[in-house]
Amino acid sequence: MGNKQTVFTHEQLEAYQDNPFRQRIAQVFSEDGDGHMTLDNFLDMFSVMSEMAPRDLKAYYAFKIYDFNNDDYICAWDLEQTVTKLTRGELSTEEVSLICEKVLDEADGDHDGRLSLEDFQNMILRAPDFLSTFHICI
Amino acid sequence: MSHQLKGQGEEGGGGTRGRARSGSLGTGDRSRRSPSMKRPHRAEKAPVPRRAQPGQKERAGSPGSGSPRRKQAERRGRRELLGDRERGSAEKTCRGRRKDGRASLREQRAPSKKEKEVRRKEEMWKQLKKHRSSSMASSTSSGESLSEEELARILEQVEDKKKLIASMRSKPWPMARKLAELREAQEFVEKYEGALGKGKGKRLYAYRMLMAKKWVKFKRDFHNFKTQCIPWEMKIKDIESHFGSSVASYFIFLRWMYGVNLVLFGLIFGLVIIPEVLMGMPYGSIPRKTVPRAEEEKAMDFSVLWDFEGYMKYSALFYGYYNNQRTIGWLRYRLPMAYFMVGVSVFGYSLMIVIRSMASNNQGSTSEGESDNFTFSFKMFTSWDYLIGNSETADNKYASITTSFKESIVDEQESNKEENVHLTRFLRVLANFLIICCLCGSGYLIYFVVKRSQEFSKMQNVSWYERNEVEIVMSLLGMFCPPLFETIAALENYHPRIGLKWQLGRIFALFLGNLYTFLLALMDDIQLKLSNEETIKNITHWTLFHYYNSSGWNESVPRPPLHPADVPRGSCWETAVGIEFMRLTVSDMLVTYITILLGDFLRACFVRFMNYCWCWDLEAGFPSYAEFDISGNVLGLIFNQGMIWMGSFYAPGLVGINVLRLLTSMYFQCWAVMSSNVPHERVFKASRSNNFYMGLLLLVLFLSLLPVAYTIMSLPPSFDCGPFSGKNRMYDVIQETVENDFPTFLGKIFAFLANPGLIIPAILLMFLAIYYLNSVSKSLSRANAQLRKKIQALHEVEKSHKSVKGRATARDSEDTDKNNSKNDTQLTKEGTAHHSASQSLTLDQKAQGPGASSSAGKTVLPASQHLPVSRAPGVRPDSGQARPQAHPWRSTSGKRAWRPPH
Repeated sequence: MGNKQTVFTHEQLEAYQDNPFRQRIAQVFSEDGDGHMTLDNFLDMFSVMSEMAPRDLKAYYAFKIYDFNNDDYICAWDLEQTVTKLTRGELSTEEVSLICEKVLDEADGDHDGRLSLEDFQNMILRAPDFLSTFHICI
Repeated sequence: MSHQLKGQGEEGGGGTRGRARSGSLGTGDRSRRSPSMKRPHRAEKAPVPRRAQPGQKERAGSPGSGSPRRKQAERRGRRELLGDRERGSAEKTCRGRRKDGRASLREQRAPSKKEKEVRRKEEMWKQLKKHRSSSMASSTSSGESLSEEELARILEQVEDKKKLIASMRSKPWPMARKLAELREAQEFVEKYEGALGKGKGKRLYAYRMLMAKKWVKFKRDFHNFKTQCIPWEMKIKDIESHFGSSVASYFIFLRWMYGVNLVLFGLIFGLVIIPEVLMGMPYGSIPRKTVPRAEEEKAMDFSVLWDFEGYMKYSALFYGYYNNQRTIGWLRYRLPMAYFMVGVSVFGYSLMIVIRSMASNNQGSTSEGESDNFTFSFKMFTSWDYLIGNSETADNKYASITTSFKESIVDEQESNKEENVHLTRFLRVLANFLIICCLCGSGYLIYFVVKRSQEFSKMQNVSWYERNEVEIVMSLLGMFCPPLFETIAALENYHPRIGLKWQLGRIFALFLGNLYTFLLALMDDIQLKLSNEETIKNITHWTLFHYYNSSGWNESVPRPPLHPADVPRGSCWETAVGIEFMRLTVSDMLVTYITILLGDFLRACFVRFMNYCWCWDLEAGFPSYAEFDISGNVLGLIFNQGMIWMGSFYAPGLVGINVLRLLTSMYFQCWAVMSSNVPHERVFKASRSNNFYMGLLLLVLFLSLLPVAYTIMSLPPSFDCGPFSGKNRMYDVIQETVENDFPTFLGKIFAFLANPGLIIPAILLMFLAIYYLNSVSKSLSRANAQLRKKIQALHEVEKSHKSVKGRATARDSEDTDKNNSKNDTQLTKEGTAHHSASQSLTLDQKAQGPGASSSAGKTVLPASQHLPVSRAPGVRPDSGQARPQAHPWRSTSGKRAWRPPH
């Protein structure tokens, strides 16, 4: 964290090309949802993804990232998207649907077949690794 | 990078500044109160009537100008309440409202400069009606005529703004909005904080605010500085991004260890070695500080020095060099006492720091209670490590996530079947059996070698190998056994994280067995030397006696004292022990480095460059690149530290060497990892294994404390070397100090305290305290669990309540806007009705006179009750209702503020 670098090198930018949710991150933090960021959006992103950000804030943005269709709920389709991105589509459709079922089974508090922000926060704030993995450093 | 940092800094600074200010406000408030208590008389008598005239005129106009905006706001609020489900649109209106607010601010600020007096009254009006209006910014720049109520109101607004600043970080707003709100709030606070203090207090208050600001800035700078001062942070982050957090945890542990060793080094060097070098008797003055005549010729040879013999042996690095004078130098420094106390405090400090860091690690994981019922969710939402910035690691991560999903599916499907359980069990038993065989074999080998080396030590002209056989065998065992264990552990088919723990446990057992065999053999050696000591003592006495009494010397001239190099001396077992540990440490270090160089670097070079001309693919096939061996490295570090702890009492210089070792290995291993290792095939997180390391370290610390305590307590020190020579036991030095340097009653107290009759009850008491605290913590955790259950139940109730309500609202809104008779919408409506009604009511009553003032105050209340509902889109209706009760102040202030003047 100590160096005063103002220009990103090519490698540093290249280094974040592997994140399966990179497009989602860009979309969530851009103002009009198309993935083009202004400086403020960019700052916004890093303030959320920094190590010091409060965890409720992180949970809120994580929810938005995993909410692929922007309907303020994580539904089964969003979950499928997430699994497919995480595994690069190496799981069969039955497996994917089984996983989604399980996730909904575990985390859906009000049994409406989708995860609301509250369900998500309730689940994610108990995860032991969430805070340590949901941040970016350059 | 710098952008990110700045953004963070600004935010963090804003947050802390707000907090610090609100903290300092308490004092400022108190200091300000004394003048403000007196003010009401003045305020009521003098300025209020003067202002009343224009105010009354304006009052007729103000509701007209105020109401359209309010209605607009209400409509918006209702819309938001209805369309609570459509957050996207709410976001837009949010932004819209912000613009609106700013526009109104500007619009109000402009005219206020022209007709201040008139506008001020009007705006005061608005402020009371508006919940927290930003129009305050222009209202009261001329300070003296502020009444108490206004002050209180400003104070509350300042408080609100401060809260806003403090909680800015955790608001999910876009950066532009955050910045705008922050600036606005800061400006507001800055402007009014100064205005709140009056007269004499004002300057003091301003000064104090300035100092508080400076202090906050200093704190932030200091914090940044501290972050920058963390050594090797960049290196470790770099490794973390390439290899995942498990490898980085080793380096963090190494860094922590380096810090601990630096403290120990400072303790020993500052209190023992440097006083001895500066003030003690110089080299060559007495026999224990002189190389004996027989060794003098070879004493400077490198091979001798490398074995820590010769000049090294007779230096301040080892126990034997120190003299048993009670005080040294002009400072009358009690060196033997200091030596003993430093030896004790090395252990004390290490115990304290290990236990403290374990406790602080534990504190972070309080929420780790029933996390096992979210396996799939956690896998889905937290398994991706956002830190990964390397495509190779990312590939591995993808693969590991896929396998882990598959594994959990299989676990889920076959949790009842367990068909292979017998085979797995058999394989695990077999693996454990093999490993126990290995452990026993290595233990015996070391015992055998140490016995042999004792025979070698009696013989003359032994070869280099025979002299260093023990160290070589131990290092070789340490090098080859862990991979062997790993191969055997492949039979067991554990999850890598559990496998890592097993592997750590096994290597731990191996190292421990080796170390203790080594210690037992060393103990035999010590006993042998101690039994010889008596004869040597006699020989020394006789030599000196003969030297002084021999004939053939002129009796009149006193003989010059015998040259210290010629005096026969004992074997000094303490120095021998110190030398053993020193050699072990150095050879361990060398073996580690050579292993890294050969096993990792040369292998990597070979694989990389011979791949062009080889018959199979070296990178993917057999030799491949090495993985970083976390368990072996961690345990090597821990055992090295154990040796340091054991040896540091007999070789004070050992810690210095260890500091060097840790420093070099930090750079060397960082380089080796980055240059020649590949990420693990199955990347896994280092979750909580940090405390596992600490637990191992604590165990090793305890185990290394035992032999040292035993030797100090039950073996007599050598008669002619070391700071405790001539005493019966080493701890006698404390008794001596107590008797000679403290007043006698203290000595009596110490003697009383050392009485077994007191110690045994004290130990009993401690046990009882442990039992009691343990039961208390158990009951607390039970209470915790119950509370958690209760919270969950509450959540469920609330949720069901809310869903019922939500459904009702949806139905209502589907009908028509007018027909809403039950829920939130009704509330809003009522609020609106009340609001406008109260507006006219207040006006009328104002005009009527003093008699109706209290009822006017009451009717103002609904207005403020309503406003939070319309302002905050996300707030539930019931919370909106509860709000006015949380601010009872507003109603009272309303009452008082509008008491008509007389």
